Amino acid sequence: MSNVETRMPLSAVAPAKPMAHSRADRRAEQVQTFVRYALLIAVGFVMLYPLLWLVGASFKTNSEIFGSIGFIPEAPTLDGYRKGWETSTPYTFGRFFWNTFLIILPKTIFTAISCAVVAYGFARFEFPGKKVLFASLIATLLLPNVVTRIPQYILFREMGWLDSYLPLWVPSAFAGDAFFVFMLVQFLRAIPRDMEEAARVDGANSFQTLIYIVVPMLLPALISVALFQFMWTMNDFLGPLIYLSSVESFPVSLALKLSIDTTEAFDWNRILAMSVLALLPALIVFFIAQRYFIEGISAGGVKG
Amino acid sequence: MARLQIRNLEKTYANTFKAVHGINLDVKDGEFMVLVGPSGCAKSTTLRMIAGLESISGGEIVIGDRVVNRLQPGARGIAMVFQNYALYPHMKVRKNLSFGLRLMRTPKAEIERKTAEVARILEIEPLLDRLPKELSGGQAQRVALGRALIKQPEVFLFDEPLSNLDAKLRASMRVRITDLHKRLKAEGLSSTVVYVTHDQTEAMTMGDRICVMKDGHIMQVADPKTLYDKPANAFVAGFIGSPEMNLVEGRLEGARFHLGAQAVTLPAELMARLKPHSGRVTLGIRPQHLGVNEGPGLQAQVVGAEFMGHEVVLHLAVDGVRLVAVLPAADYAGLDHGAMVNLTLDPGMTHVFDETGANISLAQSH
Ligand SMILES: Nc1ncnc2c1ncn2[C@@H]1O[C@H](COP(=O)(O)OP(=O)(O)OP(=O)(O)O)[C@@H](O)[C@H]1O
Ligand SMILES: [Mg+2]
Repeated sequence: MSNVETRMPLSAVAPAKPMAHSRADRRAEQVQTFVRYALLIAVGFVMLYPLLWLVGASFKTNSEIFGSIGFIPEAPTLDGYRKGWETSTPYTFGRFFWNTFLIILPKTIFTAISCAVVAYGFARFEFPGKKVLFASLIATLLLPNVVTRIPQYILFREMGWLDSYLPLWVPSAFAGDAFFVFMLVQFLRAIPRDMEEAARVDGANSFQTLIYIVVPMLLPALISVALFQFMWTMNDFLGPLIYLSSVESFPVSLALKLSIDTTEAFDWNRILAMSVLALLPALIVFFIAQRYFIEGISAGGVKG
Repeated sequence: MARLQIRNLEKTYANTFKAVHGINLDVKDGEFMVLVGPSGCAKSTTLRMIAGLESISGGEIVIGDRVVNRLQPGARGIAMVFQNYALYPHMKVRKNLSFGLRLMRTPKAEIERKTAEVARILEIEPLLDRLPKELSGGQAQRVALGRALIKQPEVFLFDEPLSNLDAKLRASMRVRITDLHKRLKAEGLSSTVVYVTHDQTEAMTMGDRICVMKDGHIMQVADPKTLYDKPANAFVAGFIGSPEMNLVEGRLEGARFHLGAQAVTLPAELMARLKPHSGRVTLGIRPQHLGVNEGPGLQAQVVGAEFMGHEVVLHLAVDGVRLVAVLPAADYAGLDHGAMVNLTLDPGMTHVFDETGANISLAQSH
């Protein structure tokens, strides 16, 4: 039956038999869906290929890496990981991960705290000069990063903070990331004030209102902020490059570059293996927090 | 005790808009005071100033015998129920109820006892471990009520608490709130209430006294019956009652009221109450007090009739001026569209307002 129908020209079937029409229609739809997905998968595969190749190649031997473009290693080996972990410095890669952690932890925590406080102030209080201050906040958003690099460097040099982690996280602890403040202010504006007013009637002061009412309602947005900050810090190369000079305090991003610099014979499998490891924390954190992350970006208000 | 006094209260918003123009109101201990008025008349503004959520531009608010102008909301001895419940979305009902007590570091046992008691009174025991988003509107409003009740405040403030509920639920919540008020009063607990609504049914059924507001002024403060029978001015007369009172502009010369080309002699009973006045006036009469039969009166034409079962709403025109009369269905003798009828006024229930809108027919009426 269906064979016959598919061979018939659609135009002949369509007007006369509604049943047959819908069946042919459904068939056409299925084909369309199939094509669409095939295309998407193909494109997705092309996009992902470098990543797949990276993972595959990290298990290859050095000679095989450039021998084929396939990503499945012929003789999988952990050699790259083992040797890469050792590094050519006196420290293992574990040290560099630890260093990254030492930067990320205070930076993420203090960003979340300081941005929440500042956003709360902007969104909920009237104070003299508020408009000017908020305008300058937005202005710093539009300012290219490079412009402030040199003055900042000189500033931190004067303070004697070079070759320490302080220049990397202290600015964030004072809500230096205007983007996050802006994002939280927008999020807060979408939340009705009634709950906070109810809390004040219940006897809470501004600070208690912030802690017990605003922060919990802001949580999805705060998690997004923490995640962004985590990923951006993990990937930051320029900051550590400018302020850190001793190898012992390098974070992962610099250490990866280091292994390229110091190895004359370029042991690519080691570099690739360490790159894969460097990807993991961000991926893991993202997947754990994915639910909140999405919620936060699509910054919805709270049902009244 | 928990008497609330408002003295020359003023509010000017940051954009220089003056919302409240020096109002005076005295709410007695245990009294259920309803603030009513059309949208934008500053009911919420007034309530929020009492609560301390809005700054006071002028005047004084006294709760008990303390001037509370400079006190934080939490220190004023008030509790408030918001229109959209304003439950803390991340806390279970139990925590919502006890938030205020926990802030005051009330002993755990006492918190538990009070929570249980309030939950029992409001029949929300099965809901204690739910989040606000898992509640229906009526349930959420009961929790909000419980959150106010548990604090045992001196003054309860309500801002249109029932306006998000459907008609049926609103009616039952109305009863629940008035019952609760009576019960608190009977137990000798502080039960002073200021209740904001724009629904006159709520105002009339719930209030011990009603304060009618308009554009930041108080138009009249009285008990429901006085408000209905003896409105102080045309605004109150038109605002209270349904269908609306007929307000007919005309000219008064002696006892003759001229409306268009017609004129009637006002009944002596009414004239006796009237302050001496002549010139432009507004005659006010409720549809229920307007009769159609023979006898001296205004000639009116029937332009429409709505049969409601037990009564008939008759739409009439006198020289182009529209009037509404509500008649018992029995009196309705199939008056057709276009029929001419004679209007009669119930003299005891007819009001005369001068050009400023003040009722000048109250003079010797008590
Ligand atoms: N923050 C504000 N800034 C300026 N004007 C305001 C502000 N809030 C309210 N108003 C104005 O004050 C007046 C009174 O507002 P309010 O909210 O008290 O009215 P309401 O009687 O509660 O009305 P509704 O029945 O619609 O709730 C209105 O004209 C309103 O436009
Ligand atoms: Mg209001």
